[in-house]
Amino acid sequence: MTRETVEDYLFPTLMLVIAILAWEAYVRINHVPSFLLPAPSVVIVTLIRDWSTLGASLLVTVTTTFEALLAAILGGVALALMFHLWRPLERAFFPFAVVMQVTPVISIAPLLLVYLSSSAAVLVCAFLVAFFPILSNTALGLASADHNLIDLFELYGASPWKQLWLLRLPSALPYFLGGLRIGGGLALVGAIVAEIAAGSAGSGSGLAYRIVESGFRLEIPRMFAALFLISITGILIFLFFTGLSWLLLHRWHDSMRARER
Amino acid sequence: MMNMRADGVAGGAPLIRLRGVNKAFKSGTVALQDVDLDIRDGEFFTLLGPSGCGKSTVLRIVASLTACTGGKVLWRDQPSLGFVFQEPTLAPWSDVFDNVWLPLRLKGVSRAKADQNVRGALASVGLGGFERAYPRELSGGMKMRVSIARALVLKPAVLLMDEPFAALDEITRAKLNDDLLTLRAAIGATIVFVTHSVFESVFLSTRICVMAPRPGRVWAEIEIDPLAVRDEDFRLSPYYAERVREVSAALHAAMGGATCA
Repeated sequence: MTRETVEDYLFPTLMLVIAILAWEAYVRINHVPSFLLPAPSVVIVTLIRDWSTLGASLLVTVTTTFEALLAAILGGVALALMFHLWRPLERAFFPFAVVMQVTPVISIAPLLLVYLSSSAAVLVCAFLVAFFPILSNTALGLASADHNLIDLFELYGASPWKQLWLLRLPSALPYFLGGLRIGGGLALVGAIVAEIAAGSAGSGSGLAYRIVESGFRLEIPRMFAALFLISITGILIFLFFTGLSWLLLHRWHDSMRARER
Repeated sequence: MMNMRADGVAGGAPLIRLRGVNKAFKSGTVALQDVDLDIRDGEFFTLLGPSGCGKSTVLRIVASLTACTGGKVLWRDQPSLGFVFQEPTLAPWSDVFDNVWLPLRLKGVSRAKADQNVRGALASVGLGGFERAYPRELSGGMKMRVSIARALVLKPAVLLMDEPFAALDEITRAKLNDDLLTLRAAIGATIVFVTHSVFESVFLSTRICVMAPRPGRVWAEIEIDPLAVRDEDFRLSPYYAERVREVSAALHAAMGGATCA
């Protein structure tokens, strides 16, 4: 490893460890009660002790997030393609997409809970927030193909299908992946927000419900444990899509290339 | 009669004839006014003029990438075309081989069947062995060579080049000029070339059409001895200097004696 890579990994890790140790020390020295601020060690113990409940909730939230994201990808890409193939459709539908985007999802959640079962409402909320960035980025990407390359395809008499497959879709890929990275994070946010609004108990309860529940019962260490799991999930989603982008783009796209100096 | 067959007699019907070609844009700008041109087999025909004189538009009309608003373009027989843009216009997501394969691919030729042609085209521009490189890994001059290889892969009878070397440095440009002439001798294609460089036009061409701007029109046609060998001695010859002076004077007059735009 070069000095730069050591610094790249060592410093952030060191900083994180110092912060956690400082937190632990502060709580122990000042005898802060764990219902106000639990020490990191207490949070970890709680996480292990309550894993059967928290793990099940994690699975619920992650499942919801990925179902919503999958629906957003399919819907967003399909609609972007339709917009591309028939422009009037874009003009007709875009106001709806914008309204969906600018209305905060927390304000729609109660209404959705009136119409849908709580698990369906959570799914729809997560879908709504993830859908727009994927749609708008993919639509932008499809429209951003190099004009000279489009001319070249016309010159060689390429069919619309080949133009889409060999030109439009590869041009749109970096934009789509950008939308995916935003949408992936937002799907989790949407799922959490809707779970809090739904506040439902029982077997189908996600991590956000565990947070609300722990708050009512003043089980603050468990609240932290659930929060920790949500953060980890968000980080993993981000890392997954960043890795996917790197895998697909690093050979050719500027965004993925470290500049040699 | 749109298509006139060659009668096999030297000096027969020109390959491409433009008769009273007009082009007005929707904004009202008249890009071309009454352009009459004859382009004959085996010529190196250059359109020379200041920016905004419509020389690129002539090329695009010849390639059917733009429709003219008046007049007509008559082909003696519809030959295969190659087009080279000012930018290399390569697909960044494809490697060099796939970029050169593209015109054949659009005609339905498989990768295996195209292999020999693609490698041949790359070898002819001095890029044998670069098949697996990505465009970003190449210099500006090499990218332009790939672009030329792509235009040559269908073995076109007519090669249209729109200021292909304008963005390159002087040394690379001179080298590519030499190589283009070598290629031309090897493939025997008719070349229609657009440039704003007097020196380049005199060095490369057998005939130069000087165009005047606003509205774009043909100002003068100047023959350059097709039998003169184009090498370093040619650049230093009195004949070359005389032609440069003649073309420069025509260009100056075409611009109304005004200083360069």
